[in-house]
Amino acid sequence: MSTTNPTHDLACTALSKSFGSVQAVDNVSFDIPPGSFFSILGPSGCGKTTLMRMIAGFENPDHGDIQIKGRSVIRIPPNKRNVKMVFQHLALFPMMNVYDNIAYGLRCVGASRKEIDQKIADVLERVALPDVAKREIHQLSGGQKQRIAIARCMVLNPDVLLLDEPLGALDLKLREAMKIELKLLQHQFNTTFVYITHDQSEALVMSDNVAVMNEGRFEQIGTPQALYHHPASAFVAGFVGDSNRWTGKVIDAGNNNVRLSCDAGFDAQSHTTDTITLSRGDNATVYVRPEHIQVDTQVNADNNNQTDATNALTGHIDSLLFNGANSRVLVRDKAGELIEADVTLTGSSHDPKPGDLVRLSWRSEQALCF
Amino acid sequence: MAGSRAKDAKKLALILLFTPFALWITLLILLPHVGMMVLSLKEKVAPRVYEYGFDNYINFAQEPIYWNTLLRTGSVSLLVTLLALLIGFPVAYYIAKIAGNRTKGALFLLCLIPLWVSDLIRAFGWILLLRETGVISSALQASGLIDTPIEFLYNDATVIMGLVYTVVLFMIVPLVSTLDGMDNEMIEAGYNLGGNGFTVLRRIIIPYAMPGIVAGCIVVFMLSAGSYLTPILLGGKNSSWFTEQIYDQFISRYNWESGAAFGFVLLVFTSLVVWLGLKLSGQTLSSTVAKS
Amino acid sequence: MLRHGYRLYIVLFFVFLAAPLIAAGLFAFNDSLFPVLPWRGFTLDWFFNDTEPKLGMFHDRRLLRGLYYSFVIASFVAMLSVFVGTCNAFLFVRHDFPAKNFFYILMVLPLVIPGVILGISILAMASNIANSVERSMGIDLELLRPGIFLVVLGQFSFITTITSLIITARLKKFDTTMEEAAYNLGASKARVLRTITLPFLRPAMIAGAIVAFLVSFENFNTTLFLVGSEAPLTITMYDRMVKVGSTPVLNAVSFFLMLGSALLALISVLVQRDNKS
Repeated sequence: MSTTNPTHDLACTALSKSFGSVQAVDNVSFDIPPGSFFSILGPSGCGKTTLMRMIAGFENPDHGDIQIKGRSVIRIPPNKRNVKMVFQHLALFPMMNVYDNIAYGLRCVGASRKEIDQKIADVLERVALPDVAKREIHQLSGGQKQRIAIARCMVLNPDVLLLDEPLGALDLKLREAMKIELKLLQHQFNTTFVYITHDQSEALVMSDNVAVMNEGRFEQIGTPQALYHHPASAFVAGFVGDSNRWTGKVIDAGNNNVRLSCDAGFDAQSHTTDTITLSRGDNATVYVRPEHIQVDTQVNADNNNQTDATNALTGHIDSLLFNGANSRVLVRDKAGELIEADVTLTGSSHDPKPGDLVRLSWRSEQALCF
Repeated sequence: MAGSRAKDAKKLALILLFTPFALWITLLILLPHVGMMVLSLKEKVAPRVYEYGFDNYINFAQEPIYWNTLLRTGSVSLLVTLLALLIGFPVAYYIAKIAGNRTKGALFLLCLIPLWVSDLIRAFGWILLLRETGVISSALQASGLIDTPIEFLYNDATVIMGLVYTVVLFMIVPLVSTLDGMDNEMIEAGYNLGGNGFTVLRRIIIPYAMPGIVAGCIVVFMLSAGSYLTPILLGGKNSSWFTEQIYDQFISRYNWESGAAFGFVLLVFTSLVVWLGLKLSGQTLSSTVAKS
Repeated sequence: MLRHGYRLYIVLFFVFLAAPLIAAGLFAFNDSLFPVLPWRGFTLDWFFNDTEPKLGMFHDRRLLRGLYYSFVIASFVAMLSVFVGTCNAFLFVRHDFPAKNFFYILMVLPLVIPGVILGISILAMASNIANSVERSMGIDLELLRPGIFLVVLGQFSFITTITSLIITARLKKFDTTMEEAAYNLGASKARVLRTITLPFLRPAMIAGAIVAFLVSFENFNTTLFLVGSEAPLTITMYDRMVKVGSTPVLNAVSFFLMLGSALLALISVLVQRDNKS
């Protein structure tokens, strides 16, 4: 298994780690091509932090191998690995100023004063903070601290930069701005970033590839689009993006198509992935994203057979969740089930209102069943 | 491989760190106390000839002066503890909750500075104020309130006052840090829910401050029972303080065996009182004094 | 009304706190042979005069020697107790071992043992060892007889608890990811300790050293039993008070000590505050 493949910056093979009876990381394998932005997305406690700490060398895996630029680093202590890490709370040294923080790693390898000066000026330029070298850490804003933490690592030319949810402590506005900035920084340095997060929008916006992790295992690795549109498992479908979900019993299956009798009292037609085989009588769950549900207000109660959609329901709007372009309605169907669907609100009198009778429809290709 | 090496390093660090701790506690605390206990069980029957027995303790029990002094030391110390709490709590509450941010720091510092001044100097100051020729007596004479000088020293009230003075800061400091950690909103919520000043104090503030109160009481009681200078200097040679008896046995009579027995009696007695206090208040040593 | 009463109480309390200190300090400047009223004018003789009967403290050889011994003892106690206190902090914050809670209580215990008992127990043990060594080997272990060494040990035995608590409290606040970050940036374990952890602990170590120094300087109860011919200042002062009675030179020493204590206490507060921001 452990083939040397220098075309990958980081390769993990069959990594496992347990703490007592808890299997934190369970047989995880992946490799990351050079210069890409790779995210590991998962709920808290899924093992992503343990995985990252193993890559940095703070934890030793029970099994498996970690290779950086094709060389195994399992026996190399953390201070000798060329993997640098941006910590969740950044861990900038408060008793040192910006210059000394960035110089810390360079001094550890015995760089000369001139070299240190040169490199610090250079890296500060690249993170667009050329004048802060003499500042104390507490004088920096949240976003500046973020960039200094990255500069402190990047000045050492790491093979891989690990980022452990560094945006978590920032307020919403700054977080949105930093997402874009991080992506740009990664492009500029052209170094592989491995980014850990529980926030799907961070992962989707920034990454070239995302691994979705749950209970110590990778559920799926793929581009953000692939994860979103073609989730490989129920967990991914539920975790990435919003979904309506209904459980039910399979009443007809075949040819990647399933018909489900939902517990909520209606039948749903859905397609499945190749990896999932469902047969008649199985319990299954169908996932439908709100943006895939079409909402029609021009409807009369007994006549609902006029579109090409394979699934259709009628119900009354329970409430309207206004959020600009991402507005949504909650529709209560006849059986009392609440269904979320995206709507475009223009501010005109044609907009749906609570209490309106609407018709919801979606095509079976847009529903996924596991 | 790397894992087991890291584990070995951790074990080595543990041993290296545990060594000074073990040396300190064993050589300077445990062994001396065991030694003192052994010494207290010895009795000199002839020069350089010793026998083991409980004679030193029997002597102690048979001489009312000794155990009366012990009881007096204990009861006065309890009174001192109570007074220190009653006097100190309002001060601590003022510093922690009422004073503005700037005054708070200044007042706390004012509380701390006398803490670093020797017992001896403080007692000396009281002597200058309270003796027959002292400041207060002279001032009263000068103002015409009294005709003849008054001696304020050498009575129980002065000893108790002096002891309260010496120890009250050790009550205030833990109380301030406990009350400081208390959320103001908790007190406001108490009032908001209809409590009056007294119920808020009794139901919210005091239960919250309990660890600090108990910690302060333990330290104050031990300091008071173990104090030597204040009772002697303010109470005179016949102040009947138990530490004085120990000093007497050890230094004046050179009867170390009996002195060790007395020391052991004091230690057991004070520990018993502290243990009782912890039991009654439902606290433990680690939730009060050992918490920092 | 109640509010004013409360404030008045606080003022009275601080007057009560300050009164004996003011009395002890003020008479150092009274131009009189006795520390009593009436005020006979301002003088610095009790500090600087070099002839009897008003021998100033800076010319009183016994007091100066006491000051010197106190200084030596306090310095040793401060160094030792900060060293062991730092070890203890690492031991109890960073390591897990069986019966840790029990050992922690053992660490705190010396604080609640009366100082007199610490003094006699250490004296008894040291003499016991010295006697048996002398009897069996014929060597007189001068070190274990009352003297500076025993005084240092006796004070160290309970002051270490104080420094341990101060340094432990600070180490608990340390964010260990800071160490991991340094380690990750390529530092060796020793370098991490030297450049990250110890600098973080430094304010607590300085504050601990100052507290240890001051507590040692003012200690009387434990020292009383362990003192040899090299008497520290508090013992010398007590002797003087008992034998000669109160003389203004004792006020001068008191004033000097209060000034020094206040300065050191202020430094320790500043050092701790400095690092909070």
